[in-house]
Amino acid sequence: MKRVILHSDLNNFYASVECLYNPEIRNKPVAVCGSQSTRHGIVLAKNLYAKSYGVKTGEPIWQARSKCPKLVVVRPNYSQYLRFSSLAIDIYRRYTNLVEPFGIDECWLDVTESTGLFGDGETIAERIRNEIKNELGITVSIGVSYNKIFAKLGSDIKKPDAVTVITRENFRQKIWPLPVEDLLYVGRSTSEKLRKVGICTIGDLAEAPGGLLSSLLGKWGEMLWAFANGYDQTPVSKFEDKPLIKSVGNSLTTSKDLVCDDEARILIYVLSESVGERLRKHNLKGRTVQITIRANDLTFIERQAPLSSYTFTTSEIAEKACEIFRNVWDWSKNVRLLGVRVTNLVTADDYVQLSLFPDDRSIKRELLDKSIDKIRSRFGHYSVQRALLLRDRSLNANPVEENVIHPVPYFNQPLSN
Amino acid sequence: MRKVFVDVIVKYTKEGQKIPITVIWGDGRRYSVDRVLDVRPAASLKAGGCGIRYICRVHGKETTLWLEDDRWFVEAK
Repeated sequence: MKRVILHSDLNNFYASVECLYNPEIRNKPVAVCGSQSTRHGIVLAKNLYAKSYGVKTGEPIWQARSKCPKLVVVRPNYSQYLRFSSLAIDIYRRYTNLVEPFGIDECWLDVTESTGLFGDGETIAERIRNEIKNELGITVSIGVSYNKIFAKLGSDIKKPDAVTVITRENFRQKIWPLPVEDLLYVGRSTSEKLRKVGICTIGDLAEAPGGLLSSLLGKWGEMLWAFANGYDQTPVSKFEDKPLIKSVGNSLTTSKDLVCDDEARILIYVLSESVGERLRKHNLKGRTVQITIRANDLTFIERQAPLSSYTFTTSEIAEKACEIFRNVWDWSKNVRLLGVRVTNLVTADDYVQLSLFPDDRSIKRELLDKSIDKIRSRFGHYSVQRALLLRDRSLNANPVEENVIHPVPYFNQPLSN
Repeated sequence: MRKVFVDVIVKYTKEGQKIPITVIWGDGRRYSVDRVLDVRPAASLKAGGCGIRYICRVHGKETTLWLEDDRWFVEAK
């Protein structure tokens, strides 16, 4: 049976919510930006007026102001955005239980089974578009197609407040002329490789010989080719199915550059505390520690190393992360962002391989961490702190509660072959 | 238009509905709601908000009340 997939994208989401709540700025160029004093001062979202001045998401505030001196800068209000995101999902769920969020402002909907009740995909999309506009006061652009990839591309073609239908008959006219970078999973390095062999549009990619792509990109090449031809069969997952957690990580851009091992160590502990707490909350243990380092020139590297056994204790994660950091970083550049992530996860009460030379202290550390979690759940995150963190209070933070919008992968399950 | 939060005396029905009975203005003036004409989720573009919209008849005139996250507001001139 032919599937009917919708991809719904809340237009300029953060900026739209701010403009709804502040009618006086609605007709001015608006950008939602992080705090400059903590160096999160980049444009997170902008409205259409700001866009017409060439303001881009991700650029620093000063650069945006130089293009548009009258730019109104507002601070983000994440709890409000999360509220609107879930209100939008409630509206989608009037039409189907197959709603898969992709980030805070995008969702896929599989309405194949609902077409008998509500009419074809375009009719449902129009109803959703109207309901979002009337009930939430923000606008949405929706792509309607027979696979998730084309639906997503469709939602970008016409916006704001619009519906675009991509069919088996018209995708060659509507999708193929788009630049290849618009396709999911074509990032900077993939697009460079593709452009070198003359593949500039999605149509070029679709018509490329299979052997060329797999020799260029490996198995991803075949997958991208399938995407470009509309052969993607990835299902829309049920909203109730929380995606399987494959890794737990946190990263933070610091308010000032880190310049020495000691400072890096403090931040690694802050992040590991959060990672450990979240692992324990989900009853997971991991065996691989990864760190991400972004230097002040914005280049970044990722490195990982295995632990001797599965763990969720803060100190084991942090010590391993510090060890990796010391091995890879020579301080030729200062550090702007650090991330700590634990992967290779198992459920914590699963059977584990015992060590020949067991370390009694690890059980003590587990009990200690669990006690700390209990204290924190009653008296707040900052009620118990490591002495280490007192050495530089400006680096301290609570990523568990203050950093809660997580990136989402397209594939919830590992790729088969 | 301004967004003005107001005190409201509300009847909770046994079905769980919330029906506004009296709106109390900031200066203490009370307006009784004659009848609720329409209830639906809606955004208030004029005042800037989003919640459940109650179109009511108050002293013979149609007025709009909003319930947003357990707080009531009106669009005031």
